[in-house]
Amino acid sequence: MARLLIDEEACTGCEACVEECPYGALEMKGDVVTVNEKCTFCGACVDICPVDALTLEKEEKEAPGVDISEYKDVWVFIEHKGGKIANVSLELLGEGRKLADALGCKLSGMLLGNEVESCAQEVITYGADTVYLTESPVLGHYRTDSYATGALNLINKYKPEIVIFGATTQGRDFAGTVATKIYTGLTADCTGLDIDPETKLLRQTRPAFGGNIMATILCKKHRPQMSTVRPKVFPMPGKDDSRKGEIILEPLPIGEDDVRTKILDFVQEAETVNLADAEVIVSGGRGVGGSDNFAIIRELADVLGGAVGASRAAVDAGWIPYEHQVGQTGRTVRPKIYIACGISGSIQHQAGMKTSDIIVAINKDPEAPIFKIATYGVVADLFQAVPMLAREFRKRLAK
Amino acid sequence: MKIVACIKQVPDTTDVRIDPETRTLVREGVESITNPFDEYAVEEALLTKEKYGGEVHVVTMGPPQAVEVLKNALAVGADYVYLISDSAFAGSDTWATAYTLAQAIKKIGGVDLVVCGKQAIDGDTAQVGPGVATQLGIPQLTYVSKVREVDVEKGSVVVERMLEDGKEVVQSSLPVLITVVKDINEPRLPSLLGIKKAAKAEIPTWTVEDLALDKAKCGLEGSPTEVVRVFTPEPRGGGEILEGEMTDTIPLLIDKLMEAKVLK
Repeated sequence: MARLLIDEEACTGCEACVEECPYGALEMKGDVVTVNEKCTFCGACVDICPVDALTLEKEEKEAPGVDISEYKDVWVFIEHKGGKIANVSLELLGEGRKLADALGCKLSGMLLGNEVESCAQEVITYGADTVYLTESPVLGHYRTDSYATGALNLINKYKPEIVIFGATTQGRDFAGTVATKIYTGLTADCTGLDIDPETKLLRQTRPAFGGNIMATILCKKHRPQMSTVRPKVFPMPGKDDSRKGEIILEPLPIGEDDVRTKILDFVQEAETVNLADAEVIVSGGRGVGGSDNFAIIRELADVLGGAVGASRAAVDAGWIPYEHQVGQTGRTVRPKIYIACGISGSIQHQAGMKTSDIIVAINKDPEAPIFKIATYGVVADLFQAVPMLAREFRKRLAK
Repeated sequence: MKIVACIKQVPDTTDVRIDPETRTLVREGVESITNPFDEYAVEEALLTKEKYGGEVHVVTMGPPQAVEVLKNALAVGADYVYLISDSAFAGSDTWATAYTLAQAIKKIGGVDLVVCGKQAIDGDTAQVGPGVATQLGIPQLTYVSKVREVDVEKGSVVVERMLEDGKEVVQSSLPVLITVVKDINEPRLPSLLGIKKAAKAEIPTWTVEDLALDKAKCGLEGSPTEVVRVFTPEPRGGGEILEGEMTDTIPLLIDKLMEAKVLK
């Protein structure tokens, strides 16, 4: 580790460095400054000190971060709620297993929470060798401060080579903070992860510009290599209840008073919108024509056990709440089946759904751009086609 | 109250080009707009100022032409704008971008609230907001769909966050950084007076030296991630249009969908 050295003789107690420190890592103890564990060795204090009382140990500063050979193993951040592990975390255990096997190392789960030991066992049954577990009442609900502190504690101690996170609201909030603190690379929304056979680096491939380009990204000199992956990009792995693994406990180094946010309430959506997890999405657009007409979209979604989506046009018209919006300024979804009803399929809408496995377009305009990306297209009036689909599916699925 | 909105200029079209040499985006020659989510960020900053008093500062990091998005911000009512631009910033990944923006926010000084869009539509990472908050050492509230109250006296803010399955109501200490979703407000249009004012405005540019940045942490050099390959994905070909009467096409469609073995 790098070290910040403080020459207590030279320090005049001017506090310039305390002001300057971006991390709140410097405090006055009597007449001289002291450094706490928040220090990231950024050197801001060194530059500002008028009497050169601060120095960073030099050889450490030259290296951008770390001795990368110290880092090994693949970790998956285990997201959970109400004692249930998020599907995306299980999917990542499946993918993580492949990466660990390619590297010849262990796969571990990083689990933070309160009374979540049953989850730890489950992580092992889905392919992990080890679970690093930090439990505390402070971790009862996800909050950036407490979870990031717990994760940094584990990562700094056990030094994983790779850490992958679900690209959920929580995973993005969390991974962005952890990577910034560590000064390592983070690649968002990867759709492909593999190990370069020669360099052993993690090749992270992701779409950008609404899927118009793909980029492969490496993190060569910093560790861990970190990625987020959206739900359902990787398949759910099988479960092996006989699998044995090790659970390693680490305490959380902070208490409730150190957390700067407080959750006051959680309002569950009246209608389950969870587009991210839905295997089937039925979406309505401008062609639906009004809020009452969304009933037929909902009916089809219900029959198929799917969620209801919408185009921006339908949301802007006030027919359906924003939570349902799919597209560039709404949610990005990747269901197995996406049924677009009365949606013309603007580039912006496509950006949010075009990686769906199967796209069905129902539109009365044969020229609608949606047909260009649809797996199956039906040129028809949605007011006839959608109820008919619902009726027929109900028969087939015996509902 | 001192409020900073961070905004980004992004290409308007989906017709992006990649420099084959540097493998980074060619931003010249493509029509540019303010990242749509950042318009909500600017609007939220303005609404907060109108409700609680204070001033709105807007920063953007980018090439010289990114000054245009700052003019738009001035036209809708921002009080101060700053362009963070230096050739040394080229190739910044989210880490280096967050580092640079955070230094600019520190230079503005005494900031109570930082507002960012939840993500930019070009990179789509949603990482810079949390990165800036972490660099500043302040808490972050991401995916905010409503700011319920701000109490500068008590140093407290209460917001609603839009999560996958519902709304979380959270309180945080100030200063804080929030990232906002589209639902939070309706961005205003610029006034004629605003546009005139913006056209005449002298916009300050801050460089590596102005921000006292560590060059080793800027641009390509300071970026932990490196793009090694950029390629165009196989275009998603148009599929099958089911022709004929609906009494034929709908059952056929159902047959095809049942084959996928998703529906049970």
